[in-house]
Amino acid sequence: MSNPQIEIQLIAAIVAMACAIPGVFLVLRKMALISDAISHAILPGIVIGFFITQDLNSPLLILLAAFTGVITVVLVEFIQKTGLVKEDTAIGLVFPVLFSIGVILIAKNANDVHLDVDAVLLGELAFAPFDRLMVGGSDWGPKSLWVMGSILVITVSLLLLFFKELKVTTFDAGLSSVLGISPVIMHYGLMSVSSITVVGAFDAVGAILVVALMIAPAATAYLLTEDLKKMIWLSVLFGVFSAISGYWVANILDASISGSIATTLGVIFLAVYLFAPKKGLISVLYRQKQQRIEVSLITFLLHLNRHEEESERHINHLQEHINWQAVRARTVLDLAEKNNLIEIENDVVSLTEKGLAFTEKSLEYIINNKDEKIEPMKEDFFLFRG
Amino acid sequence: MQEYFNLLWTDYTLRTITLGTAVLGAICGMLGSFAVLRKESLLGDAISHAALPGIALAFLITGAKDSGTLLLGALVSGLIGTFWIRGITSKTHLKSDTALGLILSIFFGFGMLLLTFIQKQPNANQAGLDKYLFGQAATLVESDVKLMIIVIGISLFVMLLFWKEFKILLFDADYTKTLGFNTKFIDVLITFLIVLAIVLGLQTVGVVLMSAILLAPAAASRQWTNNLGTMVLLSALIGAFSGVFGTAISASQNNLSTGPVIVLVAGAFVLFSFIFSPKRGLLFREIRFRKNRTDLKLMKTLQFMYGIAQDHENISHPHAIRILNNFQGYTRDSLKKLEHEGWISIDGQQWAMTPKGYKQAQEMYNQQKK
Amino acid sequence: MENQSLAVQIDDLTVAYNYKPVLWDIDLSVPEGVLMAIVGPNGAGKSTLIKAILGIIKPIAGTISIFGKPYAKQRKLVAYVPQKGSVDWDFPTTALDVVMMGTYGSLGWIKRPGQKEKKIALESMEKVGMLPYKNRQISQLSGGQQQRVFLARALAQDASIYFMDEPFQGVDATTEIAIINILKELRKAGKTVVVVHHDLQTVPEYFDWVTFLNVKKIATGPVKDIFNDDNLTKTYGINYKVAVNK
Repeated sequence: MSNPQIEIQLIAAIVAMACAIPGVFLVLRKMALISDAISHAILPGIVIGFFITQDLNSPLLILLAAFTGVITVVLVEFIQKTGLVKEDTAIGLVFPVLFSIGVILIAKNANDVHLDVDAVLLGELAFAPFDRLMVGGSDWGPKSLWVMGSILVITVSLLLLFFKELKVTTFDAGLSSVLGISPVIMHYGLMSVSSITVVGAFDAVGAILVVALMIAPAATAYLLTEDLKKMIWLSVLFGVFSAISGYWVANILDASISGSIATTLGVIFLAVYLFAPKKGLISVLYRQKQQRIEVSLITFLLHLNRHEEESERHINHLQEHINWQAVRARTVLDLAEKNNLIEIENDVVSLTEKGLAFTEKSLEYIINNKDEKIEPMKEDFFLFRG
Repeated sequence: MQEYFNLLWTDYTLRTITLGTAVLGAICGMLGSFAVLRKESLLGDAISHAALPGIALAFLITGAKDSGTLLLGALVSGLIGTFWIRGITSKTHLKSDTALGLILSIFFGFGMLLLTFIQKQPNANQAGLDKYLFGQAATLVESDVKLMIIVIGISLFVMLLFWKEFKILLFDADYTKTLGFNTKFIDVLITFLIVLAIVLGLQTVGVVLMSAILLAPAAASRQWTNNLGTMVLLSALIGAFSGVFGTAISASQNNLSTGPVIVLVAGAFVLFSFIFSPKRGLLFREIRFRKNRTDLKLMKTLQFMYGIAQDHENISHPHAIRILNNFQGYTRDSLKKLEHEGWISIDGQQWAMTPKGYKQAQEMYNQQKK
Repeated sequence: MENQSLAVQIDDLTVAYNYKPVLWDIDLSVPEGVLMAIVGPNGAGKSTLIKAILGIIKPIAGTISIFGKPYAKQRKLVAYVPQKGSVDWDFPTTALDVVMMGTYGSLGWIKRPGQKEKKIALESMEKVGMLPYKNRQISQLSGGQQQRVFLARALAQDASIYFMDEPFQGVDATTEIAIINILKELRKAGKTVVVVHHDLQTVPEYFDWVTFLNVKKIATGPVKDIFNDDNLTKTYGINYKVAVNK
């Protein structure tokens, strides 16, 4: 590995970490799309900042552009409050307009501003190592490494300082007011950090990959855990892993690094979306099928429990009255029999003692709205699951 | 200006582009109304980004450069994105904002990967794929415009045919179901039309700005009317006008791509509507609010006077103005207004209640007691 | 009981949301021509029961028949008044337009409402006292007026059975009286009305039949026979008096 290669991977990894942390809170607060809005809307801020500083990595430019990001959030919230349009229409209106202003500013000043809209949108990580921080004639490494490094340090220190406050305001805004934590300050604090991160990162990875790096790791982690700390760790892990493996994929294909990182993030999300042990699609579908049969089973047992008369307990009744397809009726009946919950005599179904005990207990739970207790109870009674 | 119109008649390319952006604006405005009313405003943004890999893949597989093939790819990948978003929100606990942002950025990233990969290919006669990023109205040719007109024709036909069904589904989906309509079919139909409009616009305004073309006309027209039909028609007009006007501005200036200009024109419509719409606009809302406040003050003053006048046998007995000084709501101005209404008469430093004013105050008093 | 005289017959109905049970093994018969209240605590599954009957929610088990046939075949005999909060009242449309939607079911696909449908809608609006507001944008109506618009829409369906989900929820006195009058009129015309109801105090005054529901069916029958402490306690628990006096 050459020196620039290591540097690129280092920058990518740091950007991924810096994005993943605010991303977790954006996802949990149902504000993921704000990152999309900010990442586009900062363009005019960047252009104006560039007029002033002539340096994309200048701290002043970053602050100015981040300020535009916060303004965007304020503007969106203002439009939402007027009630003239529904919730997310406000976002969808504000950021394209600001982005367009940015594009036009660039186009009109093409001679003065050496900014390329493509570069803003897509970023070019491969060039990041060439812009170096020179202090007194000595080379201190790539500028963007320093910029993103500082942002990461700030983000992590803020996270450690305000972890409790962030947690409370995210999960229980009502409680936070009682505890004297201002949700408004936390909200704008998070917005400011997100804006600064987006601005710092766009130069390296582009406006849209920033969105991917913020949302995808957090969304993936959220499918695996609901514990905030674990979620942050997992997001950072997914982000860094995608950043580095994405770099190598791009290297092999000779294609855009940021595109490749986003694709890797997508592949990881897809895998988790399909295979996550509890929240994954396959597990959800399997559990739904199992629960459908088991709910049917309980329904059937309750029915038997309630009806003394033989006609109501005849096998054919399952199809006629309860209105099940033959297949499902068969499955349910088999399951009940396998678990020794029923016995069948002359096509008339009766509850066994075990079946009766199970039915009465579940009935009690259902009526007292303690459905959650049924699940563990099944473990006690069922040898076989649906 | 005159010059521009002359050019519009004589310059074939400009005419094609103008017609194209106008038709595109109209179709997006029309279908955008449905997106806005379904509270799926940002779905457009996600779909347009999700369409990008489809374009690249269509090129990679077929090697074709004609818009038809590429748009078909965009359509397929846009639809995959849409249904994946729905799958995420319905099968996991991730919320729609996360699902939208996720699909948007990942599909776009994948599209970029493919596009940069294509560019490095030796047979890369890829020139033109980039235009889908920001759109290039200048690349519109007659066949593109023809395609747009066909699509708008079909959309219009379908919309008119199922107008009643669209309206009732948008308003009250559950109720629609009880009436025996197949709500899934109507839903898929609307979604399909919206995706189609977005895909069609990619070449002209590009992935990034597409959502604004879809939303802005609808958000603006909603402020002017309370009728769905008028809203759709008005959105289509605003969309078409933004297209024409945006094209004109960008054609008359150097270095201005059409997409952003169209977005800004449409954005100006939205801003104007938000402020100046007579019924919902912020300006008139503020005026009404102020007027109500003055009215309230006036009424309070009148009531105070009523309290004084009640103590006298002759209600129109004159009183010194200075006894009002203890009452906070009173100003010279409000006295004049009360006189203007004919509720009091002023004579030098004295005021007296008129029978009309007395009656008014009495009514108010009774109303409050209720 | 004879099947013919039953407006609604439900057998062994079980409904679950995300496989969490909401209604369990419900048997319920609604005789033709009654005014029935469905009462029960929050989360008892009252709205769910109506939605299941109307086919909005698919039940896990059980059969539902309307005058002896499945709902899909009897749609035109059934009208529905959803909860007022279930729609976006900022939708760009007028009161008359919403009421007209009641005729869409009999029109079927594609066909547009014409003069005949407009006449039906106007008549329905007249019955609920909303005729003066026919061209109002629906967001500019008060909560009670919106509820009356929904009622008029159901009347425009000209059905035999009416299902209403909390029509008295947060309405003004005028609307309450208007709704009661409509209910009485419907009963006089021999229609069947099933209402999800919250206010226990008014049950004996407004209704002649009542169903107590709390996940399971507790009891159903004429108000004068079964509206008693025993059933109220079974449905609401010992503290039901709090619910009554609320």
